[in-house]
Amino acid sequence: MIEGIGIEHFLVVSTLMFFTGICGFIIRRNLITMLMSIELILNSVNINFLVFNRYLYPDQMQGHFFSLFIVGIAAAEASVAIALIINIYRSLQNIDVENVNEMKY
Amino acid sequence: MTGFAYTILIPLIPLVMFLVTGLLGMKWKPIVSGILGTIGMGTSFVLSLITAGKYFFGSHLAEGFQTIIPMEISWLRFTETLIIKMGILLDPISVMMLVVITTVSFMVHLYSLGYMKGETGFARFYAFLSLFTFSMLGLVIATNIFQMYIFWELVGVSSFLLIGFYYQKPSAVAASKKAFIVTRFADLGFLIGILILSFVTGTFDFAQLTQPGTTIFGSAASMSFLGISALTWAMTLIFIGGAGKSAMFPLHIWLPDAMEGPTPVSALIHAATMVVAGVFLVARMFPVIHFQAPATQEIIGYVGGFTSLFAAVIAITQYDIKRVLAFSTLSQLGYMMLALGVSGYGGEDGLGYMASMFHLFTHAMFKALLFLGAGSIIHAVHSNNMSDMGGLRKYMPITHATFLIACLTIAGVPFLSGFFSKDEILAAALHHNKLLFAVEFIVAGLTAFYMFRLYFCVFWGKDRHYHHTPHESPLVMTIPLMFLAVASVFAGYLPFAELVTSDKIAFESQMDFAVAIPSVLIGLFGIAMAWLLYKKESALPEKLALKWGVLYTATFNKFYFDEIYLFVTRKIIFNYISRPIAWFDRHIIDGFMVGIGTTTEKVSYRIKGMQSGQLQQYAFMFVAGTLALTLSMLYFLM
Repeated sequence: MIEGIGIEHFLVVSTLMFFTGICGFIIRRNLITMLMSIELILNSVNINFLVFNRYLYPDQMQGHFFSLFIVGIAAAEASVAIALIINIYRSLQNIDVENVNEMKY
Repeated sequence: MTGFAYTILIPLIPLVMFLVTGLLGMKWKPIVSGILGTIGMGTSFVLSLITAGKYFFGSHLAEGFQTIIPMEISWLRFTETLIIKMGILLDPISVMMLVVITTVSFMVHLYSLGYMKGETGFARFYAFLSLFTFSMLGLVIATNIFQMYIFWELVGVSSFLLIGFYYQKPSAVAASKKAFIVTRFADLGFLIGILILSFVTGTFDFAQLTQPGTTIFGSAASMSFLGISALTWAMTLIFIGGAGKSAMFPLHIWLPDAMEGPTPVSALIHAATMVVAGVFLVARMFPVIHFQAPATQEIIGYVGGFTSLFAAVIAITQYDIKRVLAFSTLSQLGYMMLALGVSGYGGEDGLGYMASMFHLFTHAMFKALLFLGAGSIIHAVHSNNMSDMGGLRKYMPITHATFLIACLTIAGVPFLSGFFSKDEILAAALHHNKLLFAVEFIVAGLTAFYMFRLYFCVFWGKDRHYHHTPHESPLVMTIPLMFLAVASVFAGYLPFAELVTSDKIAFESQMDFAVAIPSVLIGLFGIAMAWLLYKKESALPEKLALKWGVLYTATFNKFYFDEIYLFVTRKIIFNYISRPIAWFDRHIIDGFMVGIGTTTEKVSYRIKGMQSGQLQQYAFMFVAGTLALTLSMLYFLM
């Protein structure tokens, strides 16, 4: 329980982060930026986990562990995604998402 | 009574041979298949002879022969009452048929080692022969009419396969299709007959159906359709099935064409065994037909009589040696049917039944001999046509001698087997139906005439230009000829009246001289006519043909029955029934299915543009969808 700060403040911050991430994911063309947007989304979720854990079940730890897992998975995901992006760069000489449409239909 | 369980081997050995030669025949030399098949068939032959000896002479009971069922299993159990069984039934006629089939089949297997030598598909030929023999044996030992029907169809299939053996030849393919379709068409009648019969009686078993004094028909007598009793319908339909297999008029058209098959096949299937299946069927159902459906019996008699006359007349004008024999087979089958048609039941009255079975037996021997002899001739001169043959007696002494014996036998010359059996049939006909007797009497003369026309044309007269000097066939072909010749001569001395009778009780049959003497005379008259016309080549036969004019042409063209059938099928059925149905199928049924396919294709073509490959579009759709769902849930839940 953090004095003077209600749960709504945290949730507003995380929602803003979440939609910033969604927005970035949809409108940015650069794959690296899209990856960063995904990290934003994940972190907003992390904040939610921690906040709900803290305010609803202060004597339990599931929320903490879950966010730790998400951090781990995000790291793994980032490494795979960057590997993919490097490969895309090698074959296309740029990393614009619009050009990655070889597999349509 | 036990001790007959081994009879299961009689049909099983050919089945195993079929599987072995059929599956492995490609792997080894063709001759191995031939020898294996022959040895297997020989074993079955010996077993059948043992069975016959044991059955007929082992335990002679005063009250006649028993019906023995050494083995029976429930094959298909549909409901508690509808059970299809498979088993073995031994009674005088089935034991006799076992002997006939295995004898002729063994001879044909042996003969084919020489006749089919070097043909492509030698192993296939032996596999099919074994399949046929298995099916035919299964047919005659059937314990119930359904088992018989199954094997009946198997026999039809193997006949189809063997007629179409030379499948590169269009005529053979056409003939095999014709045989299959015509017999299959008749089998439809057989199947409906079986269904009616089993519906009114509640059983398939021959043992129950043919038991004298049985009560299972009690309720059936009252059932009728179109003013004719249900049993008469059933029996008539079953007879149609038999008529199709036995090539009775008007379903006879397939048999002459079936001669496209190899000659040993004609000997086995289209002379001695399969075509008598119809006669056997009628004999098997005889008590039912005689007591429950006398009208059907009348039909059988007249159909048989007409077929025998009709076929004998056509046989006179044919030039293809195998076709002459085919029409002769038709004629003789007519004899057998007629004998069943005029027969009574029990004791002396059952003379026709006994005579029919007797003639079936002797006919199998001498007709197989005739066909194998014809095969030997064809083997030597490489032609089926009688005008390519002549003076062959000098080159082929054994074939000549055996063929002559067979001709004399079929002509009914005294003390050969054909004389005895034909005499019994004539005697039976005389006692029951004077008209049919007269027909058969004429046919006896015609038979002698056309057989000796064939004989004189082939073996006497002038030499022709042969590709090479005709030579006697190898021993493997002449041994079966000699064996069958001996059988043809002596088969008449078997005491059939004591062995195979309608009620299984022996009776005394005496030679009826009032019948025998005239029938021998007309036979001799026929031979004499043939001698006059064909012994030396002369212009006389052609003059006669010219004089008869239209009648001769009609006979030569088999009274245009093929043409009539073709007209009916091609012009009427094809145009007015098949075409509209085909149109319906192609445009309505297919159209519906094709419509489903094309609609799907068009719709998917339209919507596939949505798969743009742009990741962010997908993501946008996903988010928008999620938002929409969330909002709608909020709206509906609040």
